[in-house]
Amino acid sequence: MVALETVIEEQVVYARPASLRDVPTHYCPGCTHGIAHRLVAEVLDELGVRERTIGVSPVGCAVFAYKYFNIDGCEAAHGRAPAMATGLKRVSPDAVVFTYQGDGDLAAIGTAEIMHVAARGENITTIFVNNAIYGMTGGQMAPTTLPGQRTKSSPTGRDVELAGFPMRMAELVGSLPGAAYVTRRSLHNVKEINKAKKAIRAAFKVQLAGMGFAMVELLSSCPTNWGLSAPEALQWIEDVMVPYYPLGDTKVADGVDALMKER
Amino acid sequence: MAAELLKGNVALAEAAIRAGVEAYFGYPITPQTELLEHMAQRMPELGRAFIQAESELASINMVYGAACAGARAMTSSSSPGISLMQEGFSYIAGSEVPAVVVDVMRGGPGLGNIQPSQSDYFQVTRSAGHGDYHPIVLAPASVQEAIDLVMLAFDLADKYRHLVFVVADGLLGQMMEPAELPPMRPLHTERPDWALTGAQGRAPRIITSLELDAPALEEVNNRLQAKLRAIEEHEQRYAEQMIEDARLVIVGYGTAGRIAQTAVKQARHEGMKVGLFRPISLWPFPERRLSRLADRVDAFLVVEMNAGQMLDDVRLAAGGQVPVDFYGRTGGMVPVPEEIYQAIATLYAKLPDRLS
Ligand SMILES: Cc1ncc(C[n+]2csc(CCOP(=O)(O)OP(=O)(O)O)c2C)c(N)n1
Ligand code: SF4
Repeated sequence: MVALETVIEEQVVYARPASLRDVPTHYCPGCTHGIAHRLVAEVLDELGVRERTIGVSPVGCAVFAYKYFNIDGCEAAHGRAPAMATGLKRVSPDAVVFTYQGDGDLAAIGTAEIMHVAARGENITTIFVNNAIYGMTGGQMAPTTLPGQRTKSSPTGRDVELAGFPMRMAELVGSLPGAAYVTRRSLHNVKEINKAKKAIRAAFKVQLAGMGFAMVELLSSCPTNWGLSAPEALQWIEDVMVPYYPLGDTKVADGVDALMKER
Repeated sequence: MAAELLKGNVALAEAAIRAGVEAYFGYPITPQTELLEHMAQRMPELGRAFIQAESELASINMVYGAACAGARAMTSSSSPGISLMQEGFSYIAGSEVPAVVVDVMRGGPGLGNIQPSQSDYFQVTRSAGHGDYHPIVLAPASVQEAIDLVMLAFDLADKYRHLVFVVADGLLGQMMEPAELPPMRPLHTERPDWALTGAQGRAPRIITSLELDAPALEEVNNRLQAKLRAIEEHEQRYAEQMIEDARLVIVGYGTAGRIAQTAVKQARHEGMKVGLFRPISLWPFPERRLSRLADRVDAFLVVEMNAGQMLDDVRLAAGGQVPVDFYGRTGGMVPVPEEIYQAIATLYAKLPDRLS
């Protein structure tokens, strides 16, 4: 029998990372933007870089990311986060600089900026949330919208004859010699989320090691604009998105695998 | 330091370096390319940041980023590139970070040509992008003044946390004349207390131009407008010549103002009471002085290398008290003193007879 006075040691198994603020977010229920935020925050905590990190928010549903991360932050024009991050990093080489961007932001209006930040091998990290749609403006077609996918601006489904094919950004960016580490992960189940975190961790370590540009593409849900329930949306990622957007690394420069292995 | 023979674009670049610019981002475009090329050589030599960006859109957003970090940052371009940068100008102004932009203007619209022009007056003085604001705009008329105004531009940008333009035209950018560069100023060693540096031992800082709440955004605008009123109060700059007894005052800035000077001298030689008023700050426009002049002169003649843009500001300052006439050339045509003299003589002959 345990005496009442016996102190039972508590173990913290789950807490809010110091890199996230204790505030409600505006994300819809079931949206995986929140998971992506949490993973980035955990990594910043674990790497001990919260106090020297500067985050660049996109235009898109994550426009207020600067209100959620407990770090210095700024808000870029639509698609220009990589250019802004470049300016920040070049005058603050000791800072850890990252952009957080959606697929309209990164793969449509900001295509030039993301390709060239990678081409220059800019020593920053990009978290790319691919939800196959324009979330913030209410569900229009994105460059990543899948063939046949219905959106507000492809009401009968994306017709590749008219609108062309979705862009695989991890492959495009990964093909550039300047990029050090480019990978695609998914947030649709626990196993994949754990893998996504490892990738995010590696991407920041690449920056800390001064190895150049790193990008993690995250397949993400938008239940609201897909017209699905939260669990259905996760299933849709697995069934529809993953086959078109294969998970895995598209660029691992020399020396990066060593970083990925170490704890 | 002694005067040396300097090309306008090189002087603009070297002045920025002496002023302590930490980061330059740009994209080649005639007639300002020598500025970028000078930076490409000098900035890395000095251990400062230089990037030839993928576009002017990227350049200005790199400037925006470096400015958010509290560094002195600049870009330069010419008219079509300035058009492309409008988005970034607006964000910079909206989030109140300092930045300097040099515009070596050329003929437009569209791709236009690469000849000297003052066709960007509207696009830089009116708002430079969307939203309710004006950047500070300075217009030199000589290589020496270009140097001096670049130095001033960085100080004004820091002082007001605002966007400052130095606008030249292709002629000033390309010409060589003796000028004296100031000694190298030391780089700022500390970042300002609003800059993004990483939240070490302090609360996080945020720099944004976004405010969804209308009353709150109106507050932001009220603050911005109050700052602009203070700039209007303190930063109106101009030069004037032979103005004391002038019945006709020529108003021209930059190269046009400089060419007009020769015409004014010739008119004086012919016995006409003509003076020259040369705005140095295009925004804030030196309207206080000009409206006082309107009380006692008989007419203004605005001379520009465009179809009449500053003309609007002169008319506003004159307030309908006296006629405001215009002489301009467009498309990269640079007026010669003789044609301005003709415009002066024609207008002068029409001035009302005075009893005195
Ligand atoms: C220059 C410009 N064009 C258009 C918009 C409107 N806009 C805001 S968010 C957005 C789409 C964002 O979609 P995405 O990047 O996929 O992010 P998500 O909202 O899905 O996370 C658009 C087009 C804007 N703010 N600025
Ligand atoms: S609209 Fe879509 S992407 Fe945006 S918060 Fe809602 S679920 Fe997430």
